Amino acid sequence: MKAIIHIGLKTGVLDPQGRAIARALNDLGFEGVKDARQGKVIELDLTHEDKSQAEEDVKAMCEKLLANMVIESYRIDIED
Amino acid sequence: MRTAVIVFPASNCDRDAAVALEKVTGRKAEMIWHRETEIPKDIEFVVIPGGFSYGDYLRCGAIASRSPIVQDLVAKANKGLVVTGFCNGFQILTETGLLPGALVRNKGLKFVCRPQKLKVTNTNTRFTKRYDNVDTVTFPIAHHDGNYFADDETVKRLEKNGQVLFKYDDNPNGSVKDIAGICNEAGNVFGMMPHPERAIDSAHGGTDGLDFFKSIIESI
Repeated sequence: MKAIIHIGLKTGVLDPQGRAIARALNDLGFEGVKDARQGKVIELDLTHEDKSQAEEDVKAMCEKLLANMVIESYRIDIED
Repeated sequence: MRTAVIVFPASNCDRDAAVALEKVTGRKAEMIWHRETEIPKDIEFVVIPGGFSYGDYLRCGAIASRSPIVQDLVAKANKGLVVTGFCNGFQILTETGLLPGALVRNKGLKFVCRPQKLKVTNTNTRFTKRYDNVDTVTFPIAHHDGNYFADDETVKRLEKNGQVLFKYDDNPNGSVKDIAGICNEAGNVFGMMPHPERAIDSAHGGTDGLDFFKSIIESI
């Protein structure tokens, strides 16, 4: 089973990298881009067989190490 | 007095910190490798040095803050051990939760490296006592992720409690309210992005950092 974790800066935390990306896209002629937020994706290869157990464990991993809850939020997708 | 510097893979200001500690205490600082599990009991002051611990992987300071030695450091800091972190050391201290907030990418996106003027905003602390008669000090800065962030409530609390000890004179990185250095509520843990340990010898271009270390040593 796989866990795919999306981590991004919380709303309200300035993301200068995202802003630079949006500006670069505008410069390339993509005028429809108002703003961009940059985050990261972490894929975990799990030995779990129980999906809810996997969810619970990955949540603990996010809170303990993978995300900094002061500035970031996360979303977990579990795939078979 | 015995002092110590924690050394992580890719720490690069550990020697600077050790030289500063030896200069003010007259004794060599203990260098403690991150795999060790206990800070010796007679150590009274610990510096978490600058650098790029664990290659800044995941987030700056995130992995170092979960290393074995830091678990013991957190336990001892909660019982009153004096700890300071500079640059990456500040990032590590916020990641442990010993200091509130977080350091994010500089607002201007650039790595900033220059002498930085700082206002001393509270001199009634063990870290800043000797700056009683000065308004500003100059310490070098060298960082990419030094933009201090905390929510409004936390910032208000820090300011109200006098936990903001230094503010940037000309904000180089976008830090909220120009905050450069903060201490915990108990007043034994301090962190900042600038490097006082690189301002202790006239060959550095300035010696403003000496009184920072002397203040701490005299307080213990």
